[in-house]
Amino acid sequence: MREKAILEIRNLVLRMSGRSILDDLSMGFARHRVHAVIGPNGAGKSTLACAIMGLSDYRRYEGSILFKGEPVDELPVDQRARRGMTMAWQEPARYEGLSVERFILSGAAKKSKETVREVLEQVGLDPARYGGRAVDKTLSGGERKRVELASILAMRPLLVIMDEPDSGIDMDALARIFDALEFLKANGSTVLLITHSVAVLERADHGFLMCDGKLICEGGVEKIRRYYANKCMPCDHPNEPHSDFGERAGDE
Amino acid sequence: MSDEHGEMIRRLYASIGEACVIEPNVAHVEVHGNRVLGLHLVDGLKVEADETDDGISARVRVEPGRVIETPVRICFGLLPERGVQRIKMDVDIAEGGRVAVLASCTFPNAVQILHTMDADIRVGKDAQYLYLERHVHGKSGGVTIVPKARVILEEGARFRTDFELIRGLVGDIDIDYHAVCGPRSVLEMAARVSGAGDDRIKIREEATLEGEAARGVLTTNVAVRERARAEIFNTLLATAPYARGHVDCKEIIQGEAQARATPIVDVRHPKAHVTHEAAIGSVDSKQLETLMAHGLTEEEATELIIEGLLSPSL
Ligand SMILES: Nc1ncnc2c1ncn2[C@@H]1O[C@H](COP(=O)(O)OP(=O)(O)OP(=O)(O)O)[C@@H](O)[C@H]1O
Ligand SMILES: [Mg+2]
Repeated sequence: MREKAILEIRNLVLRMSGRSILDDLSMGFARHRVHAVIGPNGAGKSTLACAIMGLSDYRRYEGSILFKGEPVDELPVDQRARRGMTMAWQEPARYEGLSVERFILSGAAKKSKETVREVLEQVGLDPARYGGRAVDKTLSGGERKRVELASILAMRPLLVIMDEPDSGIDMDALARIFDALEFLKANGSTVLLITHSVAVLERADHGFLMCDGKLICEGGVEKIRRYYANKCMPCDHPNEPHSDFGERAGDE
Repeated sequence: MSDEHGEMIRRLYASIGEACVIEPNVAHVEVHGNRVLGLHLVDGLKVEADETDDGISARVRVEPGRVIETPVRICFGLLPERGVQRIKMDVDIAEGGRVAVLASCTFPNAVQILHTMDADIRVGKDAQYLYLERHVHGKSGGVTIVPKARVILEEGARFRTDFELIRGLVGDIDIDYHAVCGPRSVLEMAARVSGAGDDRIKIREEATLEGEAARGVLTTNVAVRERARAEIFNTLLATAPYARGHVDCKEIIQGEAQARATPIVDVRHPKAHVTHEAAIGSVDSKQLETLMAHGLTEEEATELIIEGLLSPSL
Protein backbone atom coordinates (compact mmCIF):
# COMPACT_ATOMS: atom_id res chain seq x y z
CA MET A 1 0.00 0.00 0.00
CA ARG A 2 1.39 3.34 -0.97
CA GLU A 3 -1.34 5.81 -0.12
CA LYS A 4 -0.35 9.00 1.57
CA ALA A 5 0.67 8.21 5.15
CA ILE A 6 -0.78 10.27 7.98
CA LEU A 7 2.15 9.24 10.15
CA GLU A 8 5.63 8.48 8.99
CA ILE A 9 8.57 7.34 11.04
CA ARG A 10 12.03 7.77 9.57
CA ASN A 11 15.09 6.00 10.98
CA LEU A 12 13.92 6.33 14.57
CA VAL A 13 16.54 5.46 17.16
CA LEU A 14 15.92 5.82 20.89
CA ARG A 15 18.60 4.98 23.43
CA MET A 16 17.87 4.60 27.12
CA SER A 17 20.43 3.66 29.76
CA GLY A 18 22.94 3.07 26.96
CA ARG A 19 20.72 0.58 25.07
CA SER A 20 18.93 1.07 21.77
CA ILE A 21 15.32 0.46 22.73
CA LEU A 22 14.18 1.57 19.27
CA ASP A 23 16.65 0.57 16.61
CA ASP A 24 16.40 2.37 13.26
CA LEU A 25 12.66 2.08 12.75
CA SER A 26 11.08 3.32 9.54
CA MET A 27 7.34 2.89 9.19
CA GLY A 28 4.45 4.45 7.29
CA PHE A 29 0.86 4.52 8.54
CA ALA A 30 -1.75 5.04 5.83
CA ARG A 31 -4.75 7.21 6.57
CA HIS A 32 -8.13 5.80 7.67
CA ARG A 33 -6.69 2.36 8.37
CA VAL A 34 -6.30 0.26 11.47
CA HIS A 35 -2.65 -0.65 11.90
CA ALA A 36 -1.27 -3.09 14.41
CA VAL A 37 2.20 -3.28 15.88
CA ILE A 38 2.72 -6.71 17.36
CA GLY A 39 5.72 -8.14 19.19
CA PRO A 40 6.85 -9.93 22.33
CA ASN A 41 7.17 -8.35 25.79
CA GLY A 42 9.99 -5.87 25.81
CA ALA A 43 10.11 -5.45 22.01
CA GLY A 44 9.78 -1.67 22.36
CA LYS A 45 6.12 -1.25 21.36
CA SER A 46 5.11 1.03 24.24
CA THR A 47 8.33 2.97 23.81
CA LEU A 48 7.44 3.55 20.17
CA ALA A 49 3.98 4.79 21.20
CA CYS A 50 5.49 7.20 23.73
CA ALA A 51 8.02 8.51 21.20
CA ILE A 52 5.33 9.12 18.58
CA MET A 53 3.24 10.97 21.16
CA GLY A 54 6.26 13.01 22.28
CA LEU A 55 6.13 12.18 25.99
CA SER A 56 8.84 14.03 27.86
CA ASP A 57 11.04 11.01 28.68
CA TYR A 58 10.96 9.83 25.06
CA ARG A 59 11.78 12.93 23.09
CA ARG A 60 15.53 12.52 22.81
CA TYR A 61 15.39 10.29 19.74
CA GLU A 62 17.28 10.39 16.48
CA GLY A 63 15.45 10.28 13.17
CA SER A 64 12.17 11.95 12.49
CA ILE A 65 8.43 11.59 13.02
CA LEU A 66 6.13 13.24 10.49
CA PHE A 67 2.45 13.81 11.11
CA LYS A 68 0.31 14.98 8.21
CA GLY A 69 3.54 15.40 6.26
CA GLU A 70 5.20 17.71 8.78
CA PRO A 71 7.91 16.88 11.29
CA VAL A 72 6.64 17.04 14.89
CA ASP A 73 9.97 16.25 16.56
CA GLU A 74 10.21 19.67 18.19
CA LEU A 75 6.65 19.59 19.53
CA PRO A 76 5.74 18.58 23.08
CA VAL A 77 2.86 16.20 23.72
CA ASP A 78 0.08 18.80 24.01
CA GLN A 79 0.98 20.41 20.70
CA ARG A 80 1.07 17.04 18.99
CA ALA A 81 -2.36 16.34 20.51
CA ARG A 82 -3.73 19.62 19.22
CA ARG A 83 -2.63 18.62 15.73
CA GLY A 84 -4.91 15.61 16.05
CA MET A 85 -3.04 12.68 17.55
CA THR A 86 -3.64 11.05 20.90
CA MET A 87 -2.88 7.92 22.83
CA ALA A 88 -4.47 5.48 25.27
CA TRP A 89 -1.94 4.15 27.78
CA GLN A 90 -1.28 0.50 28.49
CA GLU A 91 -1.77 1.33 32.20
CA PRO A 92 -3.88 4.49 32.35
CA ALA A 93 -3.24 7.10 35.05
CA ARG A 94 -5.65 7.56 37.93
CA TYR A 95 -6.81 10.87 39.36
CA GLU A 96 -8.14 11.59 42.79
CA GLY A 97 -11.31 13.67 42.78
CA LEU A 98 -11.58 14.05 39.00
CA SER A 99 -14.93 12.80 37.71
CA VAL A 100 -15.27 10.55 34.69
CA GLU A 101 -17.38 13.29 33.12
CA ARG A 102 -14.72 16.01 33.58
CA PHE A 103 -12.02 13.64 32.39
CA ILE A 104 -13.93 12.84 29.20
CA LEU A 105 -14.78 16.48 28.57
CA SER A 106 -11.18 17.62 29.08
CA GLY A 107 -10.36 16.85 25.46
CA ALA A 108 -13.81 16.45 23.92
CA ALA A 109 -14.47 18.01 20.53
CA LYS A 110 -18.05 18.79 21.63
CA LYS A 111 -18.23 19.61 25.31
CA SER A 112 -21.72 18.50 26.32
CA LYS A 113 -23.45 16.02 28.62
CA GLU A 114 -24.69 14.35 25.47
CA THR A 115 -21.10 13.60 24.40
CA VAL A 116 -20.35 12.01 27.77
CA ARG A 117 -23.45 9.85 27.54
CA GLU A 118 -22.71 8.74 24.00
CA VAL A 119 -19.09 7.74 24.49
CA LEU A 120 -19.72 5.94 27.78
CA GLU A 121 -22.48 3.93 26.14
CA GLN A 122 -20.13 3.12 23.29
CA VAL A 123 -17.64 1.51 25.65
CA GLY A 124 -20.40 -0.28 27.55
CA LEU A 125 -20.42 1.80 30.74
CA ASP A 126 -23.76 3.07 32.07
CA PRO A 127 -23.50 6.90 32.03
CA ALA A 128 -25.80 7.23 35.05
CA ARG A 129 -23.59 4.95 37.12
CA TYR A 130 -20.18 6.06 35.91
CA GLY A 131 -20.38 9.73 34.89
CA GLY A 132 -20.11 11.04 38.45
CA ARG A 133 -17.52 8.59 39.70
CA ALA A 134 -13.89 9.54 40.14
CA VAL A 135 -11.22 8.32 37.71
CA ASP A 136 -9.35 7.00 40.75
CA LYS A 137 -8.38 3.69 42.22
CA THR A 138 -11.99 2.74 42.90
CA LEU A 139 -12.44 1.99 39.18
CA SER A 140 -11.36 -1.51 38.21
CA GLY A 141 -8.54 -1.87 35.69
CA GLY A 142 -10.95 -2.75 32.89
CA GLU A 143 -13.32 0.11 33.75
CA ARG A 144 -10.40 2.51 33.77
CA LYS A 145 -9.28 1.33 30.31
CA ARG A 146 -12.80 1.81 28.99
CA VAL A 147 -13.05 5.34 30.44
CA GLU A 148 -9.75 6.10 28.68
CA LEU A 149 -11.17 4.86 25.40
CA ALA A 150 -14.37 6.85 25.95
CA SER A 151 -12.31 10.02 26.41
CA ILE A 152 -10.58 9.32 23.11
CA LEU A 153 -13.83 8.72 21.26
CA ALA A 154 -14.97 12.13 22.50
CA MET A 155 -11.86 13.76 21.04
CA ARG A 156 -12.55 12.68 17.46
CA PRO A 157 -8.81 12.42 16.80
CA LEU A 158 -7.15 11.95 13.41
CA LEU A 159 -4.75 9.37 14.85
CA VAL A 160 -5.15 7.22 17.95
CA ILE A 161 -2.45 5.05 19.40
CA MET A 162 -3.95 2.36 21.62
CA ASP A 163 -1.44 0.52 23.77
CA GLU A 164 -2.78 -2.97 24.52
CA PRO A 165 -6.48 -2.08 24.33
CA ASP A 166 -7.40 -5.62 25.40
CA SER A 167 -5.29 -5.93 28.56
CA GLY A 168 -7.48 -6.47 31.62
CA ILE A 169 -10.63 -6.47 29.48
CA ASP A 170 -13.22 -9.25 29.62
CA MET A 171 -14.84 -10.81 26.51
CA ASP A 172 -17.96 -8.68 26.67
CA ALA A 173 -16.06 -5.44 27.00
CA LEU A 174 -13.63 -6.51 24.29
CA ALA A 175 -16.51 -6.72 21.81
CA ARG A 176 -17.37 -3.10 22.75
CA ILE A 177 -13.79 -2.06 22.22
CA PHE A 178 -13.75 -3.65 18.79
CA ASP A 179 -17.02 -1.83 17.97
CA ALA A 180 -15.38 1.40 19.10
CA LEU A 181 -12.49 0.67 16.74
CA GLU A 182 -14.90 0.35 13.85
CA PHE A 183 -16.54 3.59 14.91
CA LEU A 184 -13.21 5.42 14.98
CA LYS A 185 -12.35 4.12 11.55
CA ALA A 186 -15.78 4.96 10.12
CA ASN A 187 -15.37 8.48 11.47
CA GLY A 188 -12.09 9.08 9.72
CA SER A 189 -9.59 8.21 12.43
CA THR A 190 -6.42 6.26 11.76
CA VAL A 191 -5.77 3.74 14.51
CA LEU A 192 -2.49 2.27 15.68
CA LEU A 193 -3.03 -0.80 17.86
CA ILE A 194 -0.19 -2.03 20.01
CA THR A 195 -0.57 -5.60 21.09
CA HIS A 196 0.82 -9.08 21.51
CA SER A 197 -2.59 -10.63 20.94
CA VAL A 198 -3.44 -12.24 17.63
CA ALA A 199 -7.15 -11.51 18.29
CA VAL A 200 -6.36 -7.79 18.29
CA LEU A 201 -4.03 -8.07 15.30
CA GLU A 202 -6.89 -9.61 13.31
CA ARG A 203 -8.91 -6.41 13.77
CA ALA A 204 -6.31 -4.47 11.82
CA ASP A 205 -5.96 -3.80 8.09
CA HIS A 206 -2.19 -3.81 8.17
CA GLY A 207 0.49 -4.98 10.57
CA PHE A 208 4.06 -4.51 11.74
CA LEU A 209 6.07 -7.03 13.69
CA MET A 210 8.67 -5.72 16.13
CA CYS A 211 11.35 -7.54 18.08
CA ASP A 212 14.19 -6.05 20.11
CA GLY A 213 13.42 -2.53 18.93
CA LYS A 214 13.65 -3.54 15.28
CA LEU A 215 11.06 -3.88 12.57
CA ILE A 216 11.07 -7.55 11.56
CA CYS A 217 8.33 -7.55 8.98
CA GLU A 218 5.33 -5.59 7.77
CA GLY A 219 2.37 -6.17 5.51
CA GLY A 220 -1.10 -7.66 5.40
CA VAL A 221 -2.54 -8.97 8.62
CA GLU A 222 -2.61 -12.59 7.46
CA LYS A 223 1.08 -12.48 6.61
CA ILE A 224 1.98 -10.93 9.96
CA ARG A 225 -0.29 -13.37 11.80
CA ARG A 226 1.39 -16.36 10.14
CA TYR A 227 4.87 -15.04 10.75
CA TYR A 228 4.05 -14.29 14.39
CA ALA A 229 2.35 -17.66 14.98
CA ASN A 230 5.08 -19.71 13.29
CA LYS A 231 8.22 -17.87 14.24
CA CYS A 232 7.51 -15.72 17.32
CA MET A 233 5.16 -17.74 19.49
CA PRO A 234 7.48 -20.81 19.58
CA CYS A 235 10.57 -18.57 19.77
CA ASP A 236 13.14 -19.48 22.45
CA HIS A 237 15.25 -16.35 21.98
CA PRO A 238 12.80 -13.41 22.36
CA ASN A 239 14.28 -10.01 21.62
CA GLU A 240 17.35 -11.58 20.06
CA PRO A 241 16.29 -11.69 16.41
CA HIS A 242 18.55 -13.51 13.92
CA SER A 243 20.79 -11.16 12.00
CA ASP A 244 19.26 -12.50 8.74
CA PHE A 245 15.65 -11.85 9.75
CA GLY A 246 15.03 -11.41 6.06
CA GLU A 247 11.58 -10.11 5.22
CA ARG A 248 11.85 -6.40 5.79
CA ALA A 249 9.30 -3.69 5.31
CA GLY A 250 7.39 -3.62 2.07
CA ASP A 251 8.17 -6.98 0.45
CA GLU A 252 4.66 -8.37 0.35
CA MET B 1 -35.41 39.66 62.23
CA SER B 2 -34.43 43.30 61.75
CA ASP B 3 -33.86 44.66 58.26
CA GLU B 4 -30.27 45.34 59.20
CA HIS B 5 -29.71 41.70 60.15
CA GLY B 6 -31.48 40.52 57.01
CA GLU B 7 -29.22 42.65 54.85
CA MET B 8 -26.10 41.37 56.64
CA ILE B 9 -27.20 37.76 56.17
CA ARG B 10 -27.76 38.42 52.48
CA ARG B 11 -24.25 39.85 52.16
CA LEU B 12 -22.68 36.89 53.98
CA TYR B 13 -24.29 34.40 51.62
CA ALA B 14 -23.57 36.58 48.60
CA SER B 15 -19.84 36.46 49.45
CA ILE B 16 -19.91 32.69 49.05
CA GLY B 17 -21.99 32.94 45.90
CA GLU B 18 -25.19 31.64 47.44
CA ALA B 19 -28.68 32.84 48.18
CA CYS B 20 -30.09 32.98 51.74
CA VAL B 21 -31.64 29.83 53.11
CA ILE B 22 -35.40 30.20 53.25
CA GLU B 23 -36.84 26.67 53.14
CA PRO B 24 -38.58 26.08 56.50
CA ASN B 25 -37.31 22.47 56.73
CA VAL B 26 -33.66 23.59 56.62
CA ALA B 27 -32.16 24.60 59.94
CA HIS B 28 -29.69 27.46 59.69
CA VAL B 29 -27.52 29.74 61.80
CA GLU B 30 -25.77 32.90 60.67
CA VAL B 31 -23.08 34.58 62.73
CA HIS B 32 -21.28 37.80 61.86
CA GLY B 33 -18.46 38.61 64.26
CA ASN B 34 -20.04 38.10 67.66
CA ARG B 35 -23.62 38.66 66.51
CA VAL B 36 -26.04 35.83 65.92
CA LEU B 37 -27.94 37.29 62.99
CA GLY B 38 -30.19 34.37 62.19
CA LEU B 39 -31.22 31.17 63.93
CA HIS B 40 -33.80 28.77 62.62
CA LEU B 41 -34.19 25.30 64.09
CA VAL B 42 -36.04 22.14 63.20
CA ASP B 43 -37.51 19.42 65.37
CA GLY B 44 -34.93 17.35 67.22
CA LEU B 45 -32.16 19.95 66.88
CA LYS B 46 -31.32 22.34 69.72
CA VAL B 47 -28.95 25.27 69.43
CA GLU B 48 -28.21 27.80 72.15
CA ALA B 49 -25.81 30.56 71.31
CA ASP B 50 -24.37 33.24 73.59
CA GLU B 51 -22.62 36.25 72.23
CA THR B 52 -19.21 36.82 73.83
CA ASP B 53 -16.81 39.80 73.53
CA ASP B 54 -15.30 38.62 70.27
CA GLY B 55 -17.39 35.72 69.10
CA ILE B 56 -20.00 33.25 70.20
CA SER B 57 -20.30 30.24 72.43
CA ALA B 58 -22.79 27.69 71.16
CA ARG B 59 -24.23 24.41 72.29
CA VAL B 60 -25.62 22.17 69.60
CA ARG B 61 -27.57 19.04 70.42
CA VAL B 62 -29.35 16.43 68.36
CA GLU B 63 -31.81 14.58 70.55
CA PRO B 64 -31.72 10.80 70.93
CA GLY B 65 -32.84 8.89 67.87
CA ARG B 66 -33.64 12.06 65.94
CA VAL B 67 -32.60 12.19 62.31
CA ILE B 68 -32.26 15.69 60.89
CA GLU B 69 -33.18 15.01 57.28
CA THR B 70 -31.79 18.09 55.55
CA PRO B 71 -28.24 19.34 56.15
CA VAL B 72 -28.00 22.22 58.59
CA ARG B 73 -26.50 25.40 57.12
CA ILE B 74 -24.15 27.45 59.25
CA CYS B 75 -22.52 30.62 58.05
CA PHE B 76 -19.73 32.27 60.05
CA GLY B 77 -18.08 35.35 58.78
CA LEU B 78 -16.63 38.80 59.05
CA LEU B 79 -17.13 41.20 56.20
CA PRO B 80 -14.79 44.02 57.29
CA GLU B 81 -11.08 43.94 56.53
CA ARG B 82 -10.03 43.55 60.16
CA GLY B 83 -11.34 41.81 63.23
CA VAL B 84 -11.46 38.79 65.47
CA GLN B 85 -14.04 36.02 65.61
CA ARG B 86 -13.74 33.28 68.20
CA ILE B 87 -16.24 30.45 68.03
CA LYS B 88 -16.68 27.99 70.86
CA MET B 89 -18.86 25.00 70.05
CA ASP B 90 -20.11 22.12 72.12
CA VAL B 91 -21.71 19.51 69.95
CA ASP B 92 -23.57 16.54 71.32
CA ILE B 93 -25.20 14.05 68.98
CA ALA B 94 -27.17 11.82 71.34
CA GLU B 95 -27.57 8.08 70.86
CA GLY B 96 -28.94 7.18 67.44
CA GLY B 97 -29.16 10.84 66.35
CA ARG B 98 -28.05 11.92 62.92
CA VAL B 99 -27.14 15.24 61.40
CA ALA B 100 -25.10 16.73 58.60
CA VAL B 101 -23.81 20.30 58.81
CA LEU B 102 -22.51 22.46 56.00
CA ALA B 103 -20.58 25.34 57.54
CA SER B 104 -19.29 28.19 55.43
CA CYS B 105 -16.68 30.54 56.82
CA THR B 106 -16.38 33.70 54.84
CA PHE B 107 -13.81 36.49 55.15
CA PRO B 108 -13.98 37.90 51.64
CA ASN B 109 -12.28 41.25 52.36
CA ALA B 110 -9.78 40.08 54.95
CA VAL B 111 -6.66 42.12 55.47
CA GLN B 112 -6.08 41.15 59.09
CA ILE B 113 -8.56 38.72 60.55
CA LEU B 114 -8.28 36.07 63.23
CA HIS B 115 -10.85 33.29 63.25
CA THR B 116 -10.64 30.55 65.84
CA MET B 117 -12.86 27.57 66.34
CA ASP B 118 -12.72 25.54 69.46
CA ALA B 119 -15.00 22.55 69.31
CA ASP B 120 -15.82 19.71 71.64
CA ILE B 121 -17.74 17.07 69.81
CA ARG B 122 -19.35 13.95 71.20
CA VAL B 123 -21.00 11.55 68.79
CA GLY B 124 -23.05 9.13 70.89
CA LYS B 125 -23.70 5.44 70.47
CA ASP B 126 -24.72 4.61 66.88
CA ALA B 127 -25.10 8.31 66.12
CA GLN B 128 -23.82 10.05 62.97
CA TYR B 129 -22.33 13.46 62.45
CA LEU B 130 -21.08 14.88 59.21
CA TYR B 131 -19.42 18.28 59.27
CA LEU B 132 -18.24 19.99 56.12
CA GLU B 133 -16.42 23.29 56.58
CA ARG B 134 -15.83 25.47 53.55
CA HIS B 135 -13.76 28.60 53.60
CA VAL B 136 -13.87 31.63 51.38
CA HIS B 137 -11.04 34.09 51.97
CA GLY B 138 -9.93 37.36 50.45
CA LYS B 139 -7.34 37.85 47.75
CA SER B 140 -4.70 39.19 50.11
CA GLY B 141 -4.57 36.16 52.40
CA GLY B 142 -4.78 38.27 55.56
CA VAL B 143 -6.57 35.62 57.59
CA THR B 144 -5.35 33.52 60.45
CA ILE B 145 -7.51 30.46 60.92
CA VAL B 146 -7.10 28.29 63.97
CA PRO B 147 -9.61 25.43 64.10
CA LYS B 148 -9.28 23.00 66.98
CA ALA B 149 -11.55 20.07 67.67
CA ARG B 150 -11.65 17.28 70.21
CA VAL B 151 -13.89 14.48 69.10
CA ILE B 152 -15.22 11.49 71.01
CA LEU B 153 -16.87 8.70 69.08
CA GLU B 154 -18.85 6.26 71.15
CA GLU B 155 -19.65 2.71 70.16
CA GLY B 156 -20.85 2.43 66.56
CA ALA B 157 -20.70 6.20 66.03
CA ARG B 158 -19.73 7.72 62.67
CA PHE B 159 -18.06 11.06 62.20
CA ARG B 160 -16.84 12.61 59.04
CA THR B 161 -15.30 16.02 58.68
CA ASP B 162 -14.07 17.78 55.58
CA PHE B 163 -12.20 21.05 55.62
CA GLU B 164 -11.93 22.89 52.33
CA LEU B 165 -10.63 26.23 51.21
CA ILE B 166 -12.40 26.94 47.97
CA ARG B 167 -11.57 30.55 47.22
CA GLY B 168 -8.93 33.11 48.11
CA LEU B 169 -5.61 32.76 49.87
CA VAL B 170 -5.16 30.85 53.09
CA GLY B 171 -3.11 33.34 55.02
CA ASP B 172 -2.12 31.33 58.07
CA ILE B 173 -3.94 28.18 58.86
CA ASP B 174 -3.35 25.95 61.84
CA ILE B 175 -5.69 22.99 62.06
CA ASP B 176 -5.56 20.72 65.08
CA TYR B 177 -8.04 17.87 65.30
CA HIS B 178 -7.96 15.05 67.76
CA ALA B 179 -10.33 12.09 67.92
CA VAL B 180 -10.82 9.12 70.20
CA CYS B 181 -12.71 6.28 68.58
CA GLY B 182 -14.75 3.72 70.47
CA PRO B 183 -15.76 0.21 69.42
CA ARG B 184 -16.99 -0.17 65.81
CA SER B 185 -16.92 3.57 65.31
CA VAL B 186 -15.92 5.10 61.99
CA LEU B 187 -13.90 8.28 61.65
CA GLU B 188 -13.07 10.12 58.45
CA MET B 189 -11.11 13.33 58.70
CA ALA B 190 -10.10 15.16 55.59
CA ALA B 191 -8.51 18.51 54.88
CA ARG B 192 -8.08 19.89 51.39
CA VAL B 193 -6.27 23.17 51.14
CA SER B 194 -4.38 25.06 48.49
CA GLY B 195 -1.86 27.75 49.31
CA ALA B 196 -0.02 30.40 47.36
CA GLY B 197 1.79 33.67 47.98
CA ASP B 198 3.17 33.63 51.52
CA ASP B 199 0.53 31.27 52.91
CA ARG B 200 1.44 29.07 55.87
CA ILE B 201 -0.47 25.83 56.30
CA LYS B 202 -0.15 23.62 59.32
CA ILE B 203 -2.42 20.64 59.71
CA ARG B 204 -2.40 18.24 62.60
CA GLU B 205 -4.84 15.35 62.60
CA GLU B 206 -4.63 12.74 65.33
CA ALA B 207 -6.81 9.81 66.14
CA THR B 208 -6.72 6.96 68.59
CA LEU B 209 -8.54 3.81 67.59
CA GLU B 210 -9.11 2.45 71.06
CA GLY B 211 -12.32 0.48 70.62
CA GLU B 212 -12.46 -2.96 69.07
CA ALA B 213 -12.96 -2.81 65.28
CA ALA B 214 -12.81 1.00 65.24
CA ARG B 215 -11.92 2.41 61.84
CA GLY B 216 -10.24 5.67 60.93
CA VAL B 217 -9.00 7.41 57.81
CA LEU B 218 -7.03 10.65 57.94
CA THR B 219 -6.68 12.38 54.58
CA THR B 220 -4.75 15.52 53.79
CA ASN B 221 -4.46 16.89 50.29
CA VAL B 222 -2.53 20.08 49.86
CA ALA B 223 -1.34 22.03 46.85
CA VAL B 224 1.16 24.83 47.40
CA ARG B 225 2.79 27.19 44.96
CA GLU B 226 4.86 30.39 44.94
CA ARG B 227 6.37 30.83 48.41
CA ALA B 228 3.74 28.93 50.38
CA ARG B 229 4.72 26.39 53.04
CA ALA B 230 2.80 23.39 54.28
CA GLU B 231 3.47 21.12 57.22
CA ILE B 232 1.32 18.10 57.89
CA PHE B 233 1.38 15.95 61.00
CA ASN B 234 -0.93 12.97 60.90
CA THR B 235 -0.94 10.44 63.69
CA LEU B 236 -2.99 7.31 63.91
CA LEU B 237 -2.67 5.18 67.01
CA ALA B 238 -4.39 1.80 67.19
CA THR B 239 -4.62 -0.01 70.50
CA ALA B 240 -7.55 -2.38 70.00
CA PRO B 241 -8.05 -5.66 68.16
CA TYR B 242 -9.44 -5.39 64.62
CA ALA B 243 -8.91 -1.65 64.57
CA ARG B 244 -8.25 -0.54 60.98
CA GLY B 245 -6.75 2.71 59.90
CA HIS B 246 -5.20 4.56 57.00
CA VAL B 247 -3.29 7.82 56.77
CA ASP B 248 -3.16 9.44 53.37
CA CYS B 249 -1.22 12.57 52.59
CA LYS B 250 -0.73 14.06 49.14
CA GLU B 251 0.98 17.33 48.52
CA ILE B 252 1.67 18.94 45.19
CA ILE B 253 4.31 21.62 45.17
CA GLN B 254 5.13 24.12 42.48
CA GLY B 255 7.49 27.07 42.22
CA GLU B 256 9.41 27.81 45.40
CA ALA B 257 6.82 26.24 47.66
CA GLN B 258 7.80 23.70 50.29
CA ALA B 259 5.91 20.90 51.94
CA ARG B 260 6.64 18.49 54.70
CA ALA B 261 4.62 15.52 55.89
CA THR B 262 5.11 13.54 59.06
CA PRO B 263 2.76 10.59 59.13
CA ILE B 264 2.97 8.58 62.33
CA VAL B 265 1.44 5.16 62.50
CA ASP B 266 1.53 3.58 65.92
CA VAL B 267 0.03 0.13 66.38
CA ARG B 268 -0.08 -1.44 69.82
CA HIS B 269 -2.21 -4.48 69.24
CA PRO B 270 -1.20 -7.48 67.09
CA LYS B 271 -4.69 -7.70 65.61
CA ALA B 272 -4.83 -4.05 64.56
CA HIS B 273 -3.74 -2.86 61.13
CA VAL B 274 -2.84 0.65 60.00
CA THR B 275 -1.36 1.75 56.69
CA HIS B 276 -0.07 5.04 55.37
CA GLU B 277 0.67 6.66 52.07
CA ALA B 278 2.45 9.95 51.57
CA ALA B 279 3.40 11.53 48.28
CA ILE B 280 4.96 14.96 47.99
CA GLY B 281 6.22 16.50 44.82
CA SER B 282 5.34 18.00 41.53
CA VAL B 283 2.32 16.79 39.61
CA ASP B 284 2.62 13.15 38.54
CA SER B 285 3.99 13.12 34.99
CA LYS B 286 1.70 10.38 33.73
CA GLN B 287 -1.38 12.19 35.02
CA LEU B 288 -0.10 15.35 33.41
CA GLU B 289 0.80 13.83 30.05
CA THR B 290 -2.47 11.93 29.79
CA LEU B 291 -4.36 15.21 29.95
CA MET B 292 -1.83 16.87 27.67
CA ALA B 293 -2.47 14.06 25.17
CA HIS B 294 -6.08 15.30 25.32
CA GLY B 295 -4.79 18.64 24.11
CA LEU B 296 -4.60 20.53 27.44
CA THR B 297 -1.57 22.72 28.04
CA GLU B 298 0.68 21.85 30.96
CA GLU B 299 -0.88 24.67 33.01
CA GLU B 300 -4.44 23.59 32.24
CA ALA B 301 -3.65 19.96 33.03
CA THR B 302 -1.95 20.90 36.31
CA GLU B 303 -4.92 23.01 37.32
CA LEU B 304 -7.38 20.20 36.63
CA ILE B 305 -5.32 17.67 38.60
CA ILE B 306 -5.03 20.00 41.59
CA GLU B 307 -8.70 20.88 41.43
CA GLY B 308 -9.52 17.15 41.63
CA LEU B 309 -7.14 16.62 44.50
CA LEU B 310 -8.76 19.45 46.44
CA SER B 311 -12.37 18.62 45.70
CA PRO B 312 -14.33 16.61 48.24
CA SER B 313 -14.37 12.90 47.58
CA LEU B 314 -16.88 12.00 44.89
N1 LIG C 1 13.56 4.17 30.88
C1 LIG C 1 14.10 3.01 30.45
N2 LIG C 1 15.40 2.74 30.67
C2 LIG C 1 15.94 1.57 30.25
N3 LIG C 1 15.25 0.63 29.62
C3 LIG C 1 13.97 0.84 29.36
C4 LIG C 1 13.30 2.05 29.77
N4 LIG C 1 12.02 1.98 29.41
C5 LIG C 1 11.88 0.78 28.79
N5 LIG C 1 13.03 0.11 28.77
C6 LIG C 1 13.28 -1.20 28.18
O1 LIG C 1 12.93 -1.11 26.83
C7 LIG C 1 12.41 -2.32 26.36
C8 LIG C 1 11.11 -2.08 25.65
O2 LIG C 1 10.11 -1.72 26.58
P1 LIG C 1 8.62 -1.47 26.14
O3 LIG C 1 7.84 -1.13 27.35
O4 LIG C 1 8.58 -0.50 25.02
O5 LIG C 1 8.22 -2.92 25.61
P2 LIG C 1 6.81 -3.45 25.07
O6 LIG C 1 7.06 -3.98 23.72
O7 LIG C 1 5.78 -2.42 25.20
O8 LIG C 1 6.56 -4.67 26.06
P3 LIG C 1 5.16 -5.21 26.73
O9 LIG C 1 4.58 -6.13 25.72
O10 LIG C 1 5.66 -5.95 27.92
O11 LIG C 1 4.31 -4.06 27.05
C9 LIG C 1 12.29 -3.22 27.57
O12 LIG C 1 13.40 -4.10 27.58
C10 LIG C 1 12.37 -2.29 28.73
O13 LIG C 1 12.94 -2.90 29.86
MG1 LIG D 1 4.05 -2.22 26.37
